[in-house]
Amino acid sequence: MSEKTWTEIPIGGAIEEAGNAETYETGSWRTYRPLWNEETCIHCLRCWVACPDSSILLSEGKMTGIDLEHCKGCGICAFECPVDPKAIEMKLETDVENG
Amino acid sequence: MSRRLILTGNDAAAEAMRQIDPDVVAAFPITPQTELMHKFAEHVADGEVKAELVLVESEHSAMSATVGAAAAGARSMTATSANGLALMWEIVYIAASYRLPIVMPVVNRALSGPINIHCDHSDTMGCRDTGWIQLYSENAQEVYDNVIQAIRIAESPEVLLPVMVTFDGFIISHTAEVLEALEDDPVRNWIGEYKPKYTLLDTDNPMTFGPLDLQDYYFEHKRQQMEAMRAAPATVKKIGKLYGEMSGRPYDLIEGYQLEDAELAVVALGSTCGTAKVVIDELRAKGTKAGLLKIRCFRPFPEAEIAAALKGAKAIAVLDRSVSFGAPGGPVHKEIKAALFGSGSSAGLVNYIYGLGGRDISMEHIHEAFADLETVAGEGTPADAIRFLGLRE
Repeated sequence: MSEKTWTEIPIGGAIEEAGNAETYETGSWRTYRPLWNEETCIHCLRCWVACPDSSILLSEGKMTGIDLEHCKGCGICAFECPVDPKAIEMKLETDVENG
Repeated sequence: MSRRLILTGNDAAAEAMRQIDPDVVAAFPITPQTELMHKFAEHVADGEVKAELVLVESEHSAMSATVGAAAAGARSMTATSANGLALMWEIVYIAASYRLPIVMPVVNRALSGPINIHCDHSDTMGCRDTGWIQLYSENAQEVYDNVIQAIRIAESPEVLLPVMVTFDGFIISHTAEVLEALEDDPVRNWIGEYKPKYTLLDTDNPMTFGPLDLQDYYFEHKRQQMEAMRAAPATVKKIGKLYGEMSGRPYDLIEGYQLEDAELAVVALGSTCGTAKVVIDELRAKGTKAGLLKIRCFRPFPEAEIAAALKGAKAIAVLDRSVSFGAPGGPVHKEIKAALFGSGSSAGLVNYIYGLGGRDISMEHIHEAFADLETVAGEGTPADAIRFLGLRE
C-alpha cells in the first residue's frame, strides 16, 4: 500500500472506495503459516466457510491454495479441517523459512 | 423582517432550532439545559418542525445518536450542560475527528463535585481541545444569532467541524430578555439545504466511516483537523458578516468595547462582558481609559486578532470563569499570555479567577480589577498575578 500525505486522503477517516481492504496486506501479521496438503484435501470447503479473511482460494468449487498476502495465520482452517491426517497444518513462520 | 420577542436564553436557542428545523435532534435532560429541549420538544409535538426527536437514555447516547445521524447525512443537533458534556466526552472528540458538522448549544454549568448546578465555564473549557469550534454568547440575542450562524460555519466545506454555542447557565439560560428574531423564511433560505459531503445511506456509493487508523493515517487525519481549524476563523468572520447583512447584527471573532484607545483592558467571555461594559461606561465618564476585549470565538483562538486588539493596553486583566488545575492561570489567561508573547506587548498581565459554581460577579468586582490595573500599568506584571474576584479569603 502506498503511503499518502495528509492532503491526499479523505477527511475524517472516511473510506470512499468500497472493498479496498483487499489492498491492505495483513499477511505480514502472521506468526503461523497454514500449509495445505493437496494429497489429503477432500475439498469439503469447511476452511473456506470458516476463514475470517477470505484467504482460501477456490477454482470451480475446489480448493487451489491459500492467499498468504491476506492470511493472518489464525489457524481456524486447520482446526476445522475434518480429515485425518489434516490437509492444513499450522507451522511457525520461522520454521518454514528455515526449512 | 424581524420580531421583537421576550425569551430566555434557552427559549432563544430553541427558537433558533425551530427555524433551523434540523433533520435529527437527540435529547437528554440536564439542568440548566433541560428547558431548551423541553421547548424544542413542544415545537415537535405541535408539528411546527419535521425534525426527528430521539429521546435517548444518556448524554453519551445523545452524542452517539447525533454522530450516527450526521454520518448518515442528516443535519443533526443536540444540547447539554456540565456533567452531561463530560459523559459525552468520548463521542464529542469522535464527532470532530469524523468531521461531522454537528451544532450543539452548551449551557455552561460547573462540573461536579461537590455538586453544583450553577454557571461556570469548567464544562466547555474542559473540552477546548476536542476539535470543536466554540462560540461564547453574551446574552439571549447572541445565543439566537450564534446558533443560526453555527449551522453555516459547521457545514462550510473548508471547515466541516462541529460547533458548540455556549451560554451561561441560569444567568442567560433562565433570564428573559428582549431580542430580535428573524422570520422563518429568511433564516431557512440563509442556512440553505444541507448537502452532506458523505452519507452512509447512499447505497450507490457505499463507503466506510470510522475504520481503524492506527499508526498508518491517524497522524495525517489530526493534521487535517488542524488545517480545518486554521481555515475556520476566516469562515467565522465571513459568516458573521453575511449574517449582519441579513439581520443587521454583524459578528466577528472578537469584540472590542471602548478598546481602541484603552490603557486598561479587561478580557472576558460570556455574560460577564455585559457587566464589564457598564463598569467601563462609569470609568470612562470619570476619564479612565478603560476597555473590554470580548472573546466570542475561543476555538479556534484568534491569536493575531487578539494581540492586535490589545496592542495599546498598558495593563490587562483576564477574567477566567474556570480553573486549569496545576497550570499557570486559567485557560483564557494562558492563551492571552501566549498570544502576547512575541507581539511586542509590554503590558502587565493579571489573571482573575471568578464566578466558580455560579458565584455572582458584580460591578464592584470588575471595578476592583480595574483599580488593580492602575497599579499594574505602572509597575508591570505583579508576582501574585493569579488573583480571585468574589472569593472569601
